[in-house]
Amino acid sequence: MWKFIVRRILITIPQIILLSVLIFLLAQAMPGDALSGLVDPNVSLEQKNALREKLGLNDPWYQKYGEWASGLVQGDLGQSFRFKMPVADLLEQRLINTFWLSLATLIITYIIAIPLGILSGRYNDSILDSSITGYTYLGFATPLFIFALVMLWVFGYQLQWFPTSGSVTPGLEPGTLEYVLSKARHLLLPAISMALIQTVSTVQYLRSEIVDTKQREFIITARAKGASESRVYNRHILRNSLLPIAAFFGYEITFLIGGTVFVEMIFGFPGMGQLFIESINLRDYSVVNAVVLIFGIAAILGALLSDIILSLVDPRIRIK
Amino acid sequence: MEVNNANLANQIQDPTKSPSGLKILWKEIVRDKLALISLILLVLITVFVYGTAVVLDQDEIVRVDLFAIHEPPSEEFILGTDYGGRDVFGQLIIGTRNSLSIGFLVTAISGIFGIAFGLIAGYFGGYTDNALMRVLDFFQVLPFTMLVIVFVSIVPNYTILAFSIIMAAFNWMGIARLIRSKALQEKELDYVQASKTLGTSHTKIIFREVMPNISSLIIVTMTLNLAANIGIESGLSFLGFGFPESTPSLGTLLSYATNPQTLEYRWWIWVPAAVLILIMMLMIRNVGEALRRATDARQRRG
Repeated sequence: MWKFIVRRILITIPQIILLSVLIFLLAQAMPGDALSGLVDPNVSLEQKNALREKLGLNDPWYQKYGEWASGLVQGDLGQSFRFKMPVADLLEQRLINTFWLSLATLIITYIIAIPLGILSGRYNDSILDSSITGYTYLGFATPLFIFALVMLWVFGYQLQWFPTSGSVTPGLEPGTLEYVLSKARHLLLPAISMALIQTVSTVQYLRSEIVDTKQREFIITARAKGASESRVYNRHILRNSLLPIAAFFGYEITFLIGGTVFVEMIFGFPGMGQLFIESINLRDYSVVNAVVLIFGIAAILGALLSDIILSLVDPRIRIK
Repeated sequence: MEVNNANLANQIQDPTKSPSGLKILWKEIVRDKLALISLILLVLITVFVYGTAVVLDQDEIVRVDLFAIHEPPSEEFILGTDYGGRDVFGQLIIGTRNSLSIGFLVTAISGIFGIAFGLIAGYFGGYTDNALMRVLDFFQVLPFTMLVIVFVSIVPNYTILAFSIIMAAFNWMGIARLIRSKALQEKELDYVQASKTLGTSHTKIIFREVMPNISSLIIVTMTLNLAANIGIESGLSFLGFGFPESTPSLGTLLSYATNPQTLEYRWWIWVPAAVLILIMMLMIRNVGEALRRATDARQRRG
């Protein structure tokens, strides 16, 4: 098994390198460079070209990639053209905001998924099960951004239960209880919106896992031994059905990344997704690169985590 | 000769002979009333939208009219106007047509590539499979939404085709994985072995023999993908990375709702588009689910 884990980690390294090359090449294809926006009558075209040569902007791409990558390894993500500050500093607060949003979403996802999945699987083909299955059916068909818009409209504007934009009420002192509460209030609506859509696949998976496990022989054995119904469910069935769910935890990250872009734009939440869209619109490509790279690495590591958990749970999938 | 014909006729009516894949799919849809109604409605919407779009002039509808900004629904404008004074109802029809066109194109392109990829990986197995699957794994972990957005912002003056190719380039992995796992099973079957022994070329076995045998699976997956792709396209247009406002899609109408004033007070601009996307996605799913049941003999209703 250790062999599998080492092998799986080794696959991750070329994946990350390939990702960085891809992002770098995309950046090269983007129109303009750091100097083309510089309109200064005192700097002639010849001087600009000389400056390009000096800055290494005319070097072949692999040489530039080498420099960029060695900067990355040292934590240097470059400079933002627009904000005139290091990208790393710009990202810090955004990254923290998105981290909390993602964490809240994940927690709510599992709070919804586990009870619904268990109920639906335990009492399958009952009215309760049909209504839960109906919800997952609808949830699968609903695009996240439409659902988020409706949630914002209903709970943000019509009922005014939640703030409609930002990550905190301005003017509050960081560290105070009010500050934390305000942060939580701003997080809640986007997190619930994302979780209600994200959770449907987990609910459905857990349901079919439980329905499947119910008919296994060891469950019949447990019943034959006289185990109580609650013991059969809590001890025997749940334990076997929850493990595969745990394994999908890492893959949820990929969904979260796609989701934050939409949800942060709709709820005006200052996180990585919003920064990404803003930077694309402002053609601030060093920021775009950094955001895509961080999200890409997060997704790669998430998949790694899932595969490792899955290999612990299910020996069949270990790669030889 | 006549005996032969009689035999043929007998064979067709022979109840012990299993019906063809397409027939099973069709029977399941007819048996499932919800799916049948969905299919009929979808066909009607498609015919209506493409039919009307021929009569409607896209340039006429997207022309800015500053005297008719944000008009509520009236007799002149059934669904009112947007911030440029453009008729929302006309945009809804053209938007549905554009969304459907992109949905079909993306599904077709990613389908063709994904099916070929999956068939080749699954049929050859071994090293080929291993290498191809590592490529697939890599694509699967890429941040899809972001890369498409980056690509769209690089490509100048993109067309419907270019946009569809970009989307399909990051969207073929699901179907490829599914087809590959099916092809892995299929290649062990006797008919493939027999065909190999007879000296049939690999290309012929893959595309003329294996592929028709898994055609019902392909149809099911493509149907479900169509719904997903329409959703993704409208999402990208919503963010402003689909088509420009002169070529509206359903997502374009929804993107006007990012203006809080529009979201709160001018429902006629974005609610119809939202409802239409939801209805179309649900109906395509209904059809897809019925088809999926048909491919699994244990779940069939028909």
